[in-house]
Amino acid sequence: MSVNLLSFDHVAFGYSQARPIFSDLNYQLRRGTLSVILGPNGIGKTTLLYMALGWLQPSAGQVLLENRPLQVYSRAELGRRVSLVPQTERQPYSYTVLEYVLFGRAPHLALFGAPGENDELAARQALARAGIPELAGAYVDQLSGGEGQLVLIARALAQEPRVLLLDEPSAHLDLGNKFRLMQTLSDLRRDGTTILMTTHDPEIALAVSDETVLVDGSGSVTVGTPTDLLTADKLSQLYHLPVGALEIRSSHPGVTLRRF
Amino acid sequence: MNEDASLLKARPDRARKKWVWAVLVAALVLLLALSVFLGRYPQVGFLRLSQLRENLLAQLLVVNVRLPRLLTALLLGMVLAASGTVFQMIFANPLVEPGFLGVSQGAAFGAALAIVFFSASAALVQGMAALFAFAGLGFSYLLARRIRVGSWLLRLVLAGIAVSALFSAGLGIVKYLADPLRQLPEITFWMLGGLASITWTKFLAILPACFLGLTVIFAFRWRLNLLALDETTAFSLGAAPRRERLVMMIAAVLATSAIISVAGMVGWIGLIIPHIARRLVGSDTRRNLPAAILLGGAFGVICDDLARMLMAGEIPLGILTSLLGAAIFILLMARGLGKEVRS
Repeated sequence: MSVNLLSFDHVAFGYSQARPIFSDLNYQLRRGTLSVILGPNGIGKTTLLYMALGWLQPSAGQVLLENRPLQVYSRAELGRRVSLVPQTERQPYSYTVLEYVLFGRAPHLALFGAPGENDELAARQALARAGIPELAGAYVDQLSGGEGQLVLIARALAQEPRVLLLDEPSAHLDLGNKFRLMQTLSDLRRDGTTILMTTHDPEIALAVSDETVLVDGSGSVTVGTPTDLLTADKLSQLYHLPVGALEIRSSHPGVTLRRF
Repeated sequence: MNEDASLLKARPDRARKKWVWAVLVAALVLLLALSVFLGRYPQVGFLRLSQLRENLLAQLLVVNVRLPRLLTALLLGMVLAASGTVFQMIFANPLVEPGFLGVSQGAAFGAALAIVFFSASAALVQGMAALFAFAGLGFSYLLARRIRVGSWLLRLVLAGIAVSALFSAGLGIVKYLADPLRQLPEITFWMLGGLASITWTKFLAILPACFLGLTVIFAFRWRLNLLALDETTAFSLGAAPRRERLVMMIAAVLATSAIISVAGMVGWIGLIIPHIARRLVGSDTRRNLPAAILLGGAFGVICDDLARMLMAGEIPLGILTSLLGAAIFILLMARGLGKEVRS
């Protein structure tokens, strides 16, 4: 079994030819790690995530999952291997949490299939892993922001993916929910789930990541351990901030960040 | 193992909801049985069993007139409710009905065109209505692919509005050119909708398209849930959202255009019935689609019963479905339409 679960191999991508986002992106996501893609807003973090999902296709180079290009997987095959926790999600109708998490079983079912008892068991296990087994009967449109985010994680876990992608999972969370989320993510990593997530929040990267991927607009990425990369110098360069301002912004009064 | 067993505990509401299905099916069967005997011959009200045994005309009436009409009313309600559910899911919008995207206006334009320019043979009116209903969807789809702003769904809605407006303008021109004494009333009457002219031949002609559409929608009913989600989310769940939405739209419009072609414009069923079904059994389309089909069938039959019973002359079906549909809609709004819909 290869160490690299997901590889970006000389990948180029841009929404327009005049403004390429990536020109020669090389990056390997190792099995069992929690990696955080860090960078300012609008720099291409979500683009990178969407390429890992297969939703966006590179204009050059390729994205490999377990050494095979993403395009060779069928939709269902890919759905069983890669799952996405979106930043926000439109929920037009009022489902119960269990019904919603059961959607994650779709790639395990036939086109005209519907989830059965085994799928329900998998969904309830996913809810337990996300730390919210008690919410199964609640309605998704009546949850708090933090609970809603955990439900989306549970749905992604119900897919039983090899790699879990999360897009800015902490964006709309208050401090308490942010900590709960980080706890859940580090528990998942300890269970052996490979996680790739985006954030614009260096605290998250420092607190949970094994590896940090800096997207700085140069057309590629810089990869390293959080302690190596998340220095005041590098961060102030990345966010175009004076070092002092950064230090003030990155600490909450009365809260000590710890590494999970 | 113990933990697994406790995880699998049946949800308490599951058993409670079983009676809903029993009641729905029983009510529909009873309604159908009663409707066969209901009419204005030999007397206003119910036909007696003795009359059915002895009166040859009554027998012929039931077999050749009431039965095909009743079955078409049933099919009409089922198809419009199922298609309405499909459209409300695909567009993640509870206020959408199967006629939008140029389908209804296309059908009306096609029927009017046949009435005015092609001698108005019944078969031709039906064929043209079905053809242009489908053309409405096709144009909307192709136009949406050309539009360069907004999300895919927004583009489809915009294209649907534009195509509907074009057909509506075309209909205006055809009406203006129509013979005001002969053709114009016919166009108007067609647009009000009705099942007075249904025969076994017409019923059997639309049955395959309706059956095919309903079967595809029914088989796909759980997966329909995924299509109401954001496109990237549906994609990440292993679906091919655009392709699957297109297949579902074609199935829904195939059945809808077949029904419109013989029944004319019958509104509101596709909008209101999916709401009631969601209220009754929840948002999961695995349950509310079959509920909508049963409820829609019952609503179609009730409206048609009223259409042929209330007055000596027929009341156009479309007027009744609008009247009842709008009344129910107002009632639902007053009692909190938003209950099953996220605000």
